[in-house]
Amino acid sequence: MTLLLQVQGVTKRFGGLQALTQVTFDLPKGQILGLIGPNGAGKTTLFNTINGVYHPEEGRILFKGQDVTNKMPYHLAKMGMARTHQIVRPLNELTVRENVMVGACFGHENQSLGKAAKIADEVLEFVGILNRADQLAGSLNVAQKKRLEMARALASHPHLLLLDEVLAGLNPSEIDGMIQMVLNIREQGITIIMIEHLMKAVMNVSDRIFVLDYGEQIAEGSPNEIVNHPKVIEAYLGDPKLAEQLMEEE
Amino acid sequence: MQQISLLLASLPDGILLGFVYGVAAMGLTLIWGVMNVINLSHGPIIALGMFGTYLIFFKLGLNPYLGLFLVAPLGLLLGILIYVVAVHRVINAPHLSSLLATFSVNMIIIGLGTAAFTTSPYNVDFNMGSVSLGSTTLLGTRLIAALAAVIATGSLYLFLYRTRPGKYIRAVANNRSAAELMGIPSSRILALSFGLGTMLAAISGALIATFFPFSILSGGGYELKSFVIGVLGGLGNPVGALIGGLTLGVLEAVIPAFMETSWVPVIEFGLFILVLLVRPNGLFGAKQ
Amino acid sequence: MKNFQKYIGIIIPLLVIAGLLLYPAITGKAAARETAFTILKAIALASSLNILLGYTGYVSFGHIVFFGFGGYVGFYLLSTQGMSLWISILAGGLSSGILAFLLGKAILRLRGAYFALATIGVNEAMRAFINNFDLFGGPTGITLNFKAYLAYGGAAKALEMSFYVVGALAVLAIILSYIIRTSKFGLGLLAIRENEDAAEVMGVFAPDAKTWAYVLSAIIPGMIGVLFFFKNGNVEPHDAFPLHASIELLVMVMLGGQGTVLGPILGAFAYQGMRGYLVTSDFFKDIQLSVSGALLLIIVLFIPAGAIGWLRQRNAILRRVLA
Repeated sequence: MTLLLQVQGVTKRFGGLQALTQVTFDLPKGQILGLIGPNGAGKTTLFNTINGVYHPEEGRILFKGQDVTNKMPYHLAKMGMARTHQIVRPLNELTVRENVMVGACFGHENQSLGKAAKIADEVLEFVGILNRADQLAGSLNVAQKKRLEMARALASHPHLLLLDEVLAGLNPSEIDGMIQMVLNIREQGITIIMIEHLMKAVMNVSDRIFVLDYGEQIAEGSPNEIVNHPKVIEAYLGDPKLAEQLMEEE
Repeated sequence: MQQISLLLASLPDGILLGFVYGVAAMGLTLIWGVMNVINLSHGPIIALGMFGTYLIFFKLGLNPYLGLFLVAPLGLLLGILIYVVAVHRVINAPHLSSLLATFSVNMIIIGLGTAAFTTSPYNVDFNMGSVSLGSTTLLGTRLIAALAAVIATGSLYLFLYRTRPGKYIRAVANNRSAAELMGIPSSRILALSFGLGTMLAAISGALIATFFPFSILSGGGYELKSFVIGVLGGLGNPVGALIGGLTLGVLEAVIPAFMETSWVPVIEFGLFILVLLVRPNGLFGAKQ
Repeated sequence: MKNFQKYIGIIIPLLVIAGLLLYPAITGKAAARETAFTILKAIALASSLNILLGYTGYVSFGHIVFFGFGGYVGFYLLSTQGMSLWISILAGGLSSGILAFLLGKAILRLRGAYFALATIGVNEAMRAFINNFDLFGGPTGITLNFKAYLAYGGAAKALEMSFYVVGALAVLAIILSYIIRTSKFGLGLLAIRENEDAAEVMGVFAPDAKTWAYVLSAIIPGMIGVLFFFKNGNVEPHDAFPLHASIELLVMVMLGGQGTVLGPILGAFAYQGMRGYLVTSDFFKDIQLSVSGALLLIIVLFIPAGAIGWLRQRNAILRRVLA
């Protein structure tokens, strides 16, 4: 099995705050890795470090075997990494189609405008907002904006997709739709890391789970191993609501 | 040797002037610090302060320094008015909107000012005697202006740190939405802050008028100086503005001893760009 | 019909220019040519600024520095080195482009109001420097020897020719603006304008794209500068770097609608037209600046997207037509 992403001993500090400590994991091609942990555990920071928004103080990140530790986000996008943001970032004054075209044009396939428009329509159909294509992105509702984030990332036909809480703020039927979409994406052979608070979703979808707490990795394994892992239970007991959720759902 | 005696003669003047520059810049930087708005009507308001002194001196026959007690509240009210009419609607809009909104106020003031006073220079011939210190002579007007500037700064400090509205202002500057959640009426506080900023601009103009000739267009130059000072001292940092003002005053006194005076703005603006690039939070520390 | 709709975004602007170029011939008045020259110059400058301001979202308050600097370089070559107007215009554009490239590498890292302040600083520093720069005549500037016009058939002919050249430069600015607006490069700029961080995550090389946008927005102002000083016969630091002219350009772009091809053209037209009216009106001429200011304020407060932007926001068909 080829490794798509290797994170080796990554440490990230902000001033005195240790946001990530010696994080290490490998991600084989084609898998879905669930990234969980209590609030403030450093999950989004890890995403930002993987896709070049931040640069780690220590450690290395390899993407497709290449050292990308100090690359910028646009370098990584060109190499085939795409992501969505927890807080959606639509390009408000552009149409929905144009938003998605940006992903296709500047992602690793470097499509021309004409080809990008075709890809945009395909992807918009896939995420179910093709009927909104000519609307300004700013006029979408939250659920539609989440789909737009997803569409933009998919339009680049990425090798690795980082999904940051795509389910947050959606209602139950929207959540089911989004989970189905994630599974469909995997069908296309795209490797995924997803940050998710909804345990049920992340347990069902992921091949493996990686748990962060206060910037340190406390567990890694199959969903089954994780729910029975003493450290995970301990970490989540600090967050009783989540611990309860974790127990109930299993 | 000649340079040194030249320096000794001009340096004290530069320092005194620096205090007044500092007050002008403090007005600009206070507004930026509280609401992230660059007030492009700063210059014309300084000019209005100058004409305030002129009118008080010639029309009311009052002492210009007593006149400050009239100029200051008028400056405050004008600022609140500007905030309510022009700034409040664009306070959360992109920077271009607030820049152009305050610039339109600039145009309105200059237009009306030109109609009222023309653009020809005015002069307030006001003599407060002078003090001799060895080879240097200090003009009384500049000494008093510097003193007034220090008092204005001290009062601002006391206001911001010792009074309730002052604390509200600092809270809003720190985090507007959190301040609103705590029940602070942010719109009123923003209006007050804008008013204080223009008040300081008007005071500095009123002081400058006692020793330099001026016209309705004169504020522009001081506005640019305020930008330079604000950036040197760190935008949003009132104490930095005072230190920045002194720095600029000293530079303006020192540079002519080494090269032609016309190089002063080249160095000032060169320094301005350099500081923006290298230390955007100013030479003397960050905002707050 | 489909094709027509596709190109209407460039056809309307070019018709406007054609109208302006024919206007003096139709009215047959010399003053009409001056008016049209001013409007065409404003269109070229505003359309250029729009590449940076409207497409990329960076507010340059000192864009006139490229007009002044390029104009100075070209005018120096023309008047002192005896080069032809054409080479001088090209040199003016090139030198402004190079200045923008170097500046862009440094100041485009700044965002929002910090960038705006830096552009003001650059303009003022340049003005102060030129004021001390003996090669360019220091504070007195450079004056063109009257004989230089002979090469172009005398002063009257040279003035007439300048009018058509400014028209050509306006066309060039509009075509450039249109090509960028409808290109992949332009899409990247729009993405930067909307959210620079998100654009980078999607693979837009923002630092490079911004720098090239800055360069492309600087070249034509440099060329216009050379032509304008050639027409005037002299240049002084004061005329070359007027900060208020920079801001007027912002107003024009804002008035018509930033980020559209047609917006800056209409904005330039409307602004110059309004100014012309106010300055000559008995009632308004004393307070024309105040009236302009009040109008600007109303636009900023109530229709911040500008006229064209306002229309585009309301209708998907207009969005496609009004590029």
